[in-house]
Amino acid sequence: MYDFSEEQLQRYSRHIILQDVGVEGQEKLLTSSVLIIGTGGLGTPAAQFLAAAGIGKIGLVDADKVELSNLQRQVLHHTPDVGKLKVQSAKEKINAMNPDVEVKTYDYYLTSQNIKEVIREYDFVIDGTDNFPAKFLINDACVMEGKPFSHAGIIRFGGQTTTVVPGEDTPCYRCMFPQPPKPGSVPSCKEAGVIGVMGGVIGTIQATEAIKYILGKGELLTGKLLTYDALKMDFRKINLNKRENCGICSDDPEITELIDYEQGVCEL
Amino acid sequence: MKIKVNGEAVELEKELTVSELLVKQDVDMPDMVSVELNGEILDRDTFSDTVVKDGDQVEFLYFMGGGASVRF
Repeated sequence: MYDFSEEQLQRYSRHIILQDVGVEGQEKLLTSSVLIIGTGGLGTPAAQFLAAAGIGKIGLVDADKVELSNLQRQVLHHTPDVGKLKVQSAKEKINAMNPDVEVKTYDYYLTSQNIKEVIREYDFVIDGTDNFPAKFLINDACVMEGKPFSHAGIIRFGGQTTTVVPGEDTPCYRCMFPQPPKPGSVPSCKEAGVIGVMGGVIGTIQATEAIKYILGKGELLTGKLLTYDALKMDFRKINLNKRENCGICSDDPEITELIDYEQGVCEL
Repeated sequence: MKIKVNGEAVELEKELTVSELLVKQDVDMPDMVSVELNGEILDRDTFSDTVVKDGDQVEFLYFMGGGASVRF
């Protein structure tokens, strides 16, 4: 039994009085670990709610430094952080927010060579990356390692997210998108851009999925792609099935080794 | 005939292939779209010979990255 301090009982009191969390649920959160890949628009809101919730160990992966253009949406990074490593900036805020959380930082890119050993250390993975090579790498590595994860993407006024639990009879990201888009087909930089709140909405949903998975409560977004259109203020859940001939999660997968796809010059 | 595209009713004069439907629905970046027809994700190389029929439910799934990264 976890030995809660008086301060912890106060800090987590709104969780503890919640029927579906309670002392047992809070103990699960405090003894669990979540890896957040990408500490930007999606990763920072996810990180701050997971930290506040008392996730015992949070891993942060990002090789980038904070830029002025990040501050419009990456809410854990503040003006004095410009130029600092994003993982360092996020770690400082999490430490100030909740001393119960152990933060481990990885200030390099994940590749086919190192991703498996990193994700193995965690109970749940959040994909907060901004590019397709990373999204396919995370999906494939998590399927191979049997690691549950939350996928998300955002652009302009739209966002989407799904949860993948390998080993269940539910689809993976590659069931929905069999191959990355060809580098030449992605929109040009001037067509990109994203409304600042979008990562907050979708990243917070990703954190919610991580918490529900750890608590073992409710229904996850497995087999469903949740799409959000902020202009229409419309949420939709699209039902998705596992693809029998999926390259990675089918019984006899075509892909047996991780792939480092080429990064386009100006991806989304 | 009537079909549903991303949950909304669409009236078509005749049966169309998935490729033709992508054009008709004015999808501006068809290479960035995955297509689900009645619950099954289609292989991209079948778009031009898969026909959408009356009552079908079509979902266009859009590739979304992070919306953010501009690498110089």
